[in-house]
Amino acid sequence: MNEAGLFVIGATHQTAPLAVRERLSLDAAAAAALHSELAGLPGLREFALLSTCNRIEFYGVAETAEAAARVQAAFCARQRVTIEEFEKFRLSLRGLNAVQHLFEVASGLNSQMLGETEIFGQVKEAYAVAQAKRSAGPVLNRVFQKTFQAAKFARTHSAITEGRVSVANVAVELALNIFGGLADARILLLGAGEIGEKTARAFQSRGATGLTVASRRLEQAMELATQLQASALPFDQREARLADFDVVVGSTSAPETVVSHAATVAAIRMRPARPLFFIDLALPRDIEPTVAGLENVFLYNLDDLAKIAEQNRAARESEIVKCRALLSGRAVALWQQVEPHIEAMRPPGEVRSRPADLSSPDEVSSV
Amino acid sequence: MSHALTDRQWLWIAAEFYLVVFLTGTYAQVRGRPHSSVFTYLLMVVGYFCQLMGLYLRGRLVGGCPLGNYFEILQFTTWSATTLYLVIGVTFRSSMLGYFTACLTAVLSLVSLAVPSWDAARRTDIFGANPWIEFHAALALFSYGVFALLALTSLMFLLRNYSLKSKHVGGWFSFLPSILDLDHIGVRLLGAGLALLTVSLGVGAAWWLRNTGSVDWPKILCTVAVWAAYAVVFGLRSGRKLLAGRFAWTCVALFAAALLSLGAVNASRHPATPTVTAQATP
Repeated sequence: MNEAGLFVIGATHQTAPLAVRERLSLDAAAAAALHSELAGLPGLREFALLSTCNRIEFYGVAETAEAAARVQAAFCARQRVTIEEFEKFRLSLRGLNAVQHLFEVASGLNSQMLGETEIFGQVKEAYAVAQAKRSAGPVLNRVFQKTFQAAKFARTHSAITEGRVSVANVAVELALNIFGGLADARILLLGAGEIGEKTARAFQSRGATGLTVASRRLEQAMELATQLQASALPFDQREARLADFDVVVGSTSAPETVVSHAATVAAIRMRPARPLFFIDLALPRDIEPTVAGLENVFLYNLDDLAKIAEQNRAARESEIVKCRALLSGRAVALWQQVEPHIEAMRPPGEVRSRPADLSSPDEVSSV
Repeated sequence: MSHALTDRQWLWIAAEFYLVVFLTGTYAQVRGRPHSSVFTYLLMVVGYFCQLMGLYLRGRLVGGCPLGNYFEILQFTTWSATTLYLVIGVTFRSSMLGYFTACLTAVLSLVSLAVPSWDAARRTDIFGANPWIEFHAALALFSYGVFALLALTSLMFLLRNYSLKSKHVGGWFSFLPSILDLDHIGVRLLGAGLALLTVSLGVGAAWWLRNTGSVDWPKILCTVAVWAAYAVVFGLRSGRKLLAGRFAWTCVALFAAALLSLGAVNASRHPATPTVTAQATP
């Protein structure tokens, strides 16, 4: 990591398990604060922060060899994890490899749900924030703009998005495995965000009608409930009313769990003959993990859903190879364009260690 | 061709059809592919009618319901289970239920056919020329068939529950019915089996009271114990005290116990005489 130039450091679902990602996750306020802090780091010319449920990644252009290490140190200090601990799960790439990685991320190739399109919007959002806060400069502007073109190109010229399985669709299929049909199933959405809404619509598309929305902000819950033709529930009643629901979808950004083991035990006692299905799409998690051990309770979190979706990945392996090859050519072309800019940034006298190429042994730590 | 086949030959053919369903189903499971429920159903229908033919010929030969030895009891029980499958399999998501039914019937039929001593002799005059006693016996064994199917759906429930808990929902697990469907069908089968057994025991008890020496005590105790056990399970399930996995495990264990108790139920003071294999009439 001790080299100037374009870099990406972070942790993703491929390098860190859910429990670790939970500790590394940033809510909007924390991300904004970190952004401000990084803006003041010496030697860091440009940067963008990509924070999703499955990844936290810092894309940066370092003027000095120490800048990337400073980014890592600032992040670890904020999240209260040691650098040694972070490095066990760290993704760290430089130069062309960083470009190729961003291309693959934006194309959905590195997503838990292979080929999903939501990540494209999240990368755009990360870039928009970097632009708004003026932390993106000539290198990142070019890299991100070309990334969007490359991702669109890869999707158009490969079948990577065909047969893709979304988290919401996997969740609905699981609910069908439990309840048979969804016409009588009562569904509680915890959180009124985009993921919750998508999941709700997936349930509705399979015949579910009994939807209720609970959000920490009641007006948001009511707004989504109106859109979905559902009802709204005050958030503080979620546990007391748990027994009224068959499926609970957690997608809040709450820092702690919002459904406890004790509340689940109480709910199951009130409806012992009917299963209770929790879908935890939140990070940090919304549902206390120990409920999975209760009889007639089924709990699936992001990693569980992704593993199921992964089962169709093998069948699409040839498309992954094709897509990667398409992106690789474009990554090399882009790198040839931006490399001179980066070289120009190097302080006089700093020696470039080796040319960047796709086979360079960049570091991807994993569990 | 029918005139050339004996009752046992018909039963062998039936068992082989069930075996084909079981083997093709197993092959499909191993490959992780669905097997055709229509194919399963049709083969089961053919097997069922072959078994019916075998039992009919045996019944004609013995002049009543063929329940005179362990072989006949097992054949009649598996035939009952298949009858029920063919009835409910049409409305139920049937390919997996057909597979499990075929598995049970193939194993029990083949084992009963493969052990000559179970059909070497049979008790005669077990019904005392009383059609009510014959009805009682047939109904009791039919209820065992219902309990067999209950054990199979319980087994499917346990597999589905395992798949969902362990997060292995792909492959052949994906062909299992839903948890709630299996639970509902289990409760209905338990109720139906218990009702049939209750009527059967009621009829048997009414005649037994007229001649209390006509039935051995081990047979009475075993039969009543099986009935009481299922009644308790039904009560606990209705009162929501025995649910989900524990209910399913209990149903599987109870059927295994009921099957083992058939030996005692089959015991009778009536002497056994060598079985004569039936020839089909032209």
